[in-house]
Amino acid sequence: MNSTAVDTAGSAPSTFLCHEEPPAHNGTLLGFWIYLMSDCFIFASLFACYAVLGTNDAGGPSAAQILDLPGLAVNTALLLLSSVTFGFAMLEMARQRKRAMLAWLAVAGLLAAGFVGLELHEFHDMIEAGAGPDRSAFLSSFFTLVGTHGLHVSVGILWLIVLMVQLGKFGLTEANIRRLQCLSMFWHFLDLVWVGVFSFVYLAGVLR
Amino acid sequence: MPEAMPHRAPVWDFLFGRLTLDSLPFLKPDLEGRIVLVTLVVVALGGVAILGYITKKRLWGYLWHDWFTSVDHKKLGIMYMILGTVMLLRGFSDAIMMRAQQAYAFGPQMGYLPPEHYDQIFSAHGAIMIFFVAMAYIVGLMNYVMPLQIGARDVAFPFLNNLSFWFTFWGAILFMVSLFVGDFSTAGWLGYPPVSELQQGPGVDYYIWGLQLSGVGTLLTGVNFVTTILKMRAPGMTMMKMPVFSWTALCTSGLIIATFPVLTATLLLLSLDRYLGTHFFTSGFGGNVMMYINLIWVWGHPEVYILILPIFGVYSEVVPTFSGKPLFGYSSMVYATVAIMILSYLVWLHHFFTMGSGADVNSFFSLTTMMISIPTGVKIFNWLFTMYRGRVHFTVPMLWTMGFLFTFTIGGMTGVMLSVAPADFLLHNSLFLIAHFHNVIIGGVVFGVFAAVNYWFPKAFGFKLDESWGKASFWFWLVGFWVAFTPLYIMGFMGVTRRLSHFDNPALQPYFIVAAFGALLIALGILAFIIQIYVSIVRRKAYAVGGDPWNGRTLEWSTSSPPPDYNFAFIPNIHARDAWTDMKKHGYRRPLEGFHPIHMPKNTAAGAVIGVLSFLCCFGLVWYIWWLAAASFVGIIVAAIAHTFNYHRDFHIHAEEVREFEHTGNWQAETQGARA
Repeated sequence: MNSTAVDTAGSAPSTFLCHEEPPAHNGTLLGFWIYLMSDCFIFASLFACYAVLGTNDAGGPSAAQILDLPGLAVNTALLLLSSVTFGFAMLEMARQRKRAMLAWLAVAGLLAAGFVGLELHEFHDMIEAGAGPDRSAFLSSFFTLVGTHGLHVSVGILWLIVLMVQLGKFGLTEANIRRLQCLSMFWHFLDLVWVGVFSFVYLAGVLR
Repeated sequence: MPEAMPHRAPVWDFLFGRLTLDSLPFLKPDLEGRIVLVTLVVVALGGVAILGYITKKRLWGYLWHDWFTSVDHKKLGIMYMILGTVMLLRGFSDAIMMRAQQAYAFGPQMGYLPPEHYDQIFSAHGAIMIFFVAMAYIVGLMNYVMPLQIGARDVAFPFLNNLSFWFTFWGAILFMVSLFVGDFSTAGWLGYPPVSELQQGPGVDYYIWGLQLSGVGTLLTGVNFVTTILKMRAPGMTMMKMPVFSWTALCTSGLIIATFPVLTATLLLLSLDRYLGTHFFTSGFGGNVMMYINLIWVWGHPEVYILILPIFGVYSEVVPTFSGKPLFGYSSMVYATVAIMILSYLVWLHHFFTMGSGADVNSFFSLTTMMISIPTGVKIFNWLFTMYRGRVHFTVPMLWTMGFLFTFTIGGMTGVMLSVAPADFLLHNSLFLIAHFHNVIIGGVVFGVFAAVNYWFPKAFGFKLDESWGKASFWFWLVGFWVAFTPLYIMGFMGVTRRLSHFDNPALQPYFIVAAFGALLIALGILAFIIQIYVSIVRRKAYAVGGDPWNGRTLEWSTSSPPPDYNFAFIPNIHARDAWTDMKKHGYRRPLEGFHPIHMPKNTAAGAVIGVLSFLCCFGLVWYIWWLAAASFVGIIVAAIAHTFNYHRDFHIHAEEVREFEHTGNWQAETQGARA
């Protein structure tokens, strides 16, 4: 057998090789989704801590005494609206309308920044009132759970700013679209986590 | 450890945080200081010799361009294996020191290690052996072998792979630095509170940040490997045609994704307690110590299966190859692996039956623990039936496998004994437990790593490892293991507890002397392994082999040894389980013409840079050097953002270059396409 015979399509050996390159995989979205699932486990650990320690107020303020429901309503509204506006941005992306997309992204970012700002304000007031994270195990787990979520949102905002610069500069390239899809997943994921925090920490805490 | 000296000017406190000259143990005049000093001198001389050699041979450029910035899964795999071997020497030195102390410190004789130092040694030994030896080894093996087995050119996220390595590497360096600058945790390998809450000084902080770094690295590896296996298998390779090693890599990566975040969160909470005064695991203000114990074992128990599953995969490759038969019960092997993966998440409480959670809870965890022995038993029988009526070749990998079958089965049975909650109340924290987990980790993971190294070394380097030194290493390890740990089983039955640096009862001393002798035999086994590597490198011409030295069955043996950067000039098309055996059976001949350009990821320095910065950040956090921590943290973010502005991450290997390699590489003669 000589080397040209080896390459002949249809001969037995060639069925063992792909003579055309198989289409390039795109594992990024799957990979990012898997990463989000692992992030879920971080939140799960923090929720578990809150479940165990959430009533251990060590004689300090309890959840019912300290949590501010009207503030929470505004906060939650900001975050959910931010998710909706991010969705609008994705729709504009699908229509290839870069400017409108960037505008909606900016709105989503500002709403999320408002959420983080309000949360920091709430934290500040609580610490001023002597209800800081070192006061009791309840407050430790409260600040850590809510704060970790807030930290995620802040990282998301930083990511959004960087990506908006890149979208402005390089346009809706394949790589940028992929990145925006990942950020979109991240954004909605944080919304879902917030629904958990909202029900499990705030509502359950006030009803308790 | 004393805090910053009062008379130091504030500017020094700002620059060095709580790091003072008093923090350097080798400056102290006592025995402990001298031990550290001698170690420092030896490490420094060794380090200078290696660095001098690299400089003299002008290898820095080569190392940087071809290795440190490489995104090639094969090179990263080799670097993980080297890291694991270096850390094995460190972790084993700790073991020898403990065995020497316990053989010696009886009655009036206090031994040479004060309790404080002894506690640091057992804590470092355990943490290093798990995180930087066993984990480095299995991640290295999966990195090297898995993409080759599934017919891929690299992993899904090659840059992330490089970054993971550097996180693990700098985590290990942080542990090593704790030897000479400051001290180490005395809270055991899992950093139990209240000791880890209350211990002053940097010891526990070294532990926390070293593990955080390597833990994040491992988590990214898990995400990377699952995506790789799900998305990048060669056409035709359905899940049930995938080699068992790759199956175990998938299950282990799944476990990593589901457990390492819990470790990250738990260590984060511990560090919040230590740095910000929160009350998660404190004894007052509503904190709950058992919360830590639960969380750490939610990670910790699956972790031991993260270690053993890929090793089960190794045996599942070695046994069929050297028995000349397909693996017996492929499907049951896959289902057993998946069953173990799921069950391993449901047993964590058996590490603390004594918590007092009541008969119902203990019974549940007792039963799930016992159930794990069923799929494990399935595996053992599958390997035995594969050998049955096979043409078994007693090569070095096969010897390690048979040593494993014998040793691990006994270790598994002592595990079932411990799973019986009432028995565990007696054996808890005794030397019986120590003997049990060394029995499964040495007899399972370590033996498997040596089997794998002997099996795949010719693939990675193009020459075989020396047989006689390999056999010597095996016999020293096997005999050494049993001599070292049988006395511990016996003493465990007598109720001797773990982690003691001194004993009053002289009747126990003979047992500890025998155990120390066993450790010496293991030391000879390690020495024989190093000699084996050295001798083989010297005689590499005589030991040279082709692409398929063992008559292998899976795809990694279809390519050159070592494989080209692109692994496969043509992506294989899969028709059967043992793809390479199938190809050989049907008279496959390798094409020598008609190559295409190959799309490959570019090397990048971003991983190495972020790695160094994260080390500096963690060092700053350990020593309260806030400016350093803050500056390097900002540096990490800037470097990461800068990396995202790099859109040109790939290139093409020219068809001409591929052709060149395909004609000159180190292939197996029989499958060579005849040249015109």
